[in-house]
Amino acid sequence: MNIGWYLAVSALVFCIGAAGVLTRRNPVVILLCLELMLNAGNLALIGFARMWGNSQGQVFAMIVMVVAACEVTIGLGLIVAIYRRRLPIDVDELRELQG
Amino acid sequence: MAAVLFFIAGIGAVAGAIGVISARNPFYSVLALVAHLISLAALFLLLRAEFVAAAQVIVYAGAVMVLYVFVVSYVGLRDEPWHTMGAPGGAALRGGAALFGGALAVELMIALLGTGLRAVDSRGAGYVPGFGSPGQIGDLLLTKFLFAFELASFLLLIAAVGAVVLARRRGEGEPEGAPEATSVIEALRLGSMAEAVGAPASTAATRLAELNEPDQGEGRGGGW
Repeated sequence: MNIGWYLAVSALVFCIGAAGVLTRRNPVVILLCLELMLNAGNLALIGFARMWGNSQGQVFAMIVMVVAACEVTIGLGLIVAIYRRRLPIDVDELRELQG
Repeated sequence: MAAVLFFIAGIGAVAGAIGVISARNPFYSVLALVAHLISLAALFLLLRAEFVAAAQVIVYAGAVMVLYVFVVSYVGLRDEPWHTMGAPGGAALRGGAALFGGALAVELMIALLGTGLRAVDSRGAGYVPGFGSPGQIGDLLLTKFLFAFELASFLLLIAAVGAVVLARRRGEGEPEGAPEATSVIEALRLGSMAEAVGAPASTAATRLAELNEPDQGEGRGGGW
């Protein structure tokens, strides 16, 4: 298969993730949609690595996976903290920081 | 053969992504994401990224998703109603988001298909025999990308400490009502405007005495 097909799948997944971040109100699902977007980026990076015949893009993808793991850790920690404080787990309700 | 595998995995990946954003129950969203990640690992394998595919399945679809499942069960999230209650124009926002996603997809497709890169329409350049093997990835990580590697390890450390700080129970491991470490700084008004203008020392002393009252520990830090 040509690399363009992989990039098309990556673009589709990224757009689905972006639409999910905008649509959903549950912070857990928003984090899942962020994962989708990061994984779409990973697929594009690995596709480009294959395109050039060079492993460096795969190293980039590994680093992106590390960053995603950190994001998950902090995000889920925040959700547990919200739950502990008996606050509603809904991004529409949590708007104390809104200007 | 590769084309068949690609279409199976690609359709699986896109269907998993749609499942993530359309499932009402967050638990099903997590399961859809697991399916998506495994399909993506198959795509990585087709792109000769063996090590990244293995890491994707073990670390992502395994460990990270277990963490998600754990938090979803712990928090006990219920189904999200389709009609967004109390939010006027919820349907309009959803339509707008879908429109935005579609527009973004069209834009990205134009950028990808109209690109001047000839190599996008090829099957990829030739590669050396060890392409994508753990040995080559490790070699690159420890030579050319050593700084990024070390930085990533620090990032993981910071994230772990941050998660512990965020999710700990307030007041655990210390006597009830005892002032926290930061409250001393707060009491002395270090780094505050009061310190800058030379606020009387008595206020600092009284505030420190206030903080040492046992019943004061509850009200503080309620909001974040």
